[in-house]
Amino acid sequence: MTTELSLDLLADDTRMDLALATPIVEISNLSLFYGAKQALHDVTLNIPERHITAFIGPSGCGKSTLLRCLNRMNDLIDHVRISGRIAIRGHDIHDPQQDVTELRKRVGMVFQKSNPFPKSIYENIAFGPRILGTRDRATLDEIVERSLRAAALWDEVKDRLNESALGMSGGQQQRLCIGRALAVEPEILLMDEPCSALDPIATARIEDLMLELKQRYTIVIVTHNMQQAARMSDYTAFMYMGKLIEVGLTRKVFTTPLEQQTEDYITGRFG
Amino acid sequence: MKSWKPGDSFIWLSGGALALALLMVFGLIALVVVNGASFFWPRDVEQFQLNDGRVVLGEITAREKIPQPNASHAPATHRIQIKRGNRDLYGTDFIWLNETDIQNTTAPRNALVIERVEWGNFYGIFQRLEIGGQTVSNDWKFVRARLARARKLTAQIHTVSRKDIGAINRAQERLRRELKRSESAELRADYAALQAQYQEQLATLASLRGQLTDVLVVSAAGHPEVRIPLADVVRMNHPNAMTAWRKCCFYAEKLWEFVSAEPRESNTEGGVFPAIYGTVLLVLLMSLIVTPLGVLAALYLREYARQGPIISAVRIAVNNLAGVPSIVYGVFGVAFFIYLGGGTIDQAFFSDRLPTPTFGTGGLLWASLTLALLTLPVVIVATEEGLAAIPPSTRAGALALGATKFETTWRVVLPAVTPAVLTGLILAMARAAGEVAPLMITGVVKLAPALPLDGVFPYLHLDRKFMHLGFHIYDVGFQSPNVDAARPMVYTTTILLLAVVLAFNLTAISIRARLRKKYSSTHL
Repeated sequence: MTTELSLDLLADDTRMDLALATPIVEISNLSLFYGAKQALHDVTLNIPERHITAFIGPSGCGKSTLLRCLNRMNDLIDHVRISGRIAIRGHDIHDPQQDVTELRKRVGMVFQKSNPFPKSIYENIAFGPRILGTRDRATLDEIVERSLRAAALWDEVKDRLNESALGMSGGQQQRLCIGRALAVEPEILLMDEPCSALDPIATARIEDLMLELKQRYTIVIVTHNMQQAARMSDYTAFMYMGKLIEVGLTRKVFTTPLEQQTEDYITGRFG
Repeated sequence: MKSWKPGDSFIWLSGGALALALLMVFGLIALVVVNGASFFWPRDVEQFQLNDGRVVLGEITAREKIPQPNASHAPATHRIQIKRGNRDLYGTDFIWLNETDIQNTTAPRNALVIERVEWGNFYGIFQRLEIGGQTVSNDWKFVRARLARARKLTAQIHTVSRKDIGAINRAQERLRRELKRSESAELRADYAALQAQYQEQLATLASLRGQLTDVLVVSAAGHPEVRIPLADVVRMNHPNAMTAWRKCCFYAEKLWEFVSAEPRESNTEGGVFPAIYGTVLLVLLMSLIVTPLGVLAALYLREYARQGPIISAVRIAVNNLAGVPSIVYGVFGVAFFIYLGGGTIDQAFFSDRLPTPTFGTGGLLWASLTLALLTLPVVIVATEEGLAAIPPSTRAGALALGATKFETTWRVVLPAVTPAVLTGLILAMARAAGEVAPLMITGVVKLAPALPLDGVFPYLHLDRKFMHLGFHIYDVGFQSPNVDAARPMVYTTTILLLAVVLAFNLTAISIRARLRKKYSSTHL
């Protein structure tokens, strides 16, 4: 079942066709083990460029693990073993030639809990460009302004760039983390439940921001919030017990799911 | 009506424990301050007429009840301790008098106290001033002016003999060692030129000394004519005739001398400047050594090492090192740093000075290293706790931006842990400044001939022995030939040591507060 099947079904949608014609990430037969425990089972999935793809599913279903595979953050955990292939623009990210830090610059990440560095707002944004070797103050100033504007934060913080980032509100901190990720010009932005710790107003601002960002970036978001997935994403992948159950256009997955499990989860019968 | 709740007793218990702790600390400080602060105040000089006809002139320093084990019902009698000075005349500085032996007590306004370079204080009556054997004047104003002139000349003599002649001696010593290596006429000529300079300076010294012919003639009980060269007088006063303002000035002057001058009279008089200097320099050097070492060790333990039984064992061992008696570190310092390290350095670089050791004996460097080793566990533990408090998500954030492990550690983790490092350093400095036992065998001396940091190349003399306030307290209080005279110095030096520790801590705390303000939250 799973991917091939849904691809067949989705083929009648012209917009989907166009998008899938240029998948930026191709995941094929991906399995992941934490020691002896298997967390991902043979996942095959394509992620289309410049759209928002949402991973949904109950807690522990492996959606965050799958997300973290895309920038190899799982490498940091001991005893993790991966089989299968993940290719970004056709290049296998597990290729021994692949520089992990270079991959992470191309695939940015925003975490569930905002994690600004204990530095000034300016230094938070400038961190990425600095480690890429940008020293020139004027260039850095420009990057900081552009990134903060892109993160819809500039007007709020432009007068206090040298104050501690930890003094901002939770929503501002999360937007700062988005801006920090954007400062290194990634192609893909991974968001791991970015709004789970935020109030509805802050969440709305982040969602507006995501809709703007998808014009230029490919966004992959993990969310527990069904409404958020339904309103924001173009494609939805439903996962359960480490398996990819169903993937497709969001409106199709939410209105006419192919699998009973998907329907049960979406309608709130479990999860 | 409030009822007694079960938890209340615990609150009282914990509050009481805190109150007791505070009481003990403040009691200690009060004892030290009360005993130390009054030391420099000019006390009245009293003259005691005894029943047997003797006369004693001096300051009362103590009063105690005479123990009478056999006659418990007899009225209590007291005796007083008098500091009568004039050690050169009477042999001791102090005398005990039974109050029953005293016929009357007066406070003569012309009682003179002279603080001398040698032999301690003189108590007596001024007679006249002689210059070159001629009685010139007994005008007190003129005598004071002559004293100021004598002090100036003495300072000049000090400069010539210590600085100018010292520089010539050092240059000659250098030439001597070069000559030992290779004979050359040029060096010989240089040496001869230096010798001529030396003779010149000696002549200057002789002429300066020749100008110091003033002699103060004073009298004391049983000695109608005591001659004191004015060059030996530090200061002289009539304390009974001093106004309150003059006494305040005197106090300030003595206090300034105490913190700025070198010690005299086997440390019981004068100042403790070299000891302050040595303590501060020692603690600074120790901090410079222990901080990078401790931080790097903690970073490895927490950031790089794979957590497991071995790392746990190392951590326990580090914690236990903090409990090793400090003298053990001193012994290690002597055996490892001085004999092995210093001995090797001497063999390699200073073989021409052997058998006189350069680094192969106690010195500032080895004492700093020993103290750094002693305080290392404190810094490691504090830094490790700071590292544990940094959320892993902060590190993940940096790594997700494409930073390497090193960049993450260097640019994110290290700045964030700095306040914790400073906490460790505050504890380390407090311990190091108060430590004496390991220093006694790794380089502290009773009296150091020169400061370890001065204007002579290479400026910081890591091989020199130095003085230390903690050791000074021990030395003055328990090793002094004149314990009664030295006792107040114990308290004043203690105040000073506390002040030095406090100054260090306040500096570190203010830096830490600024860092915390810069990095930490105001809203969350």
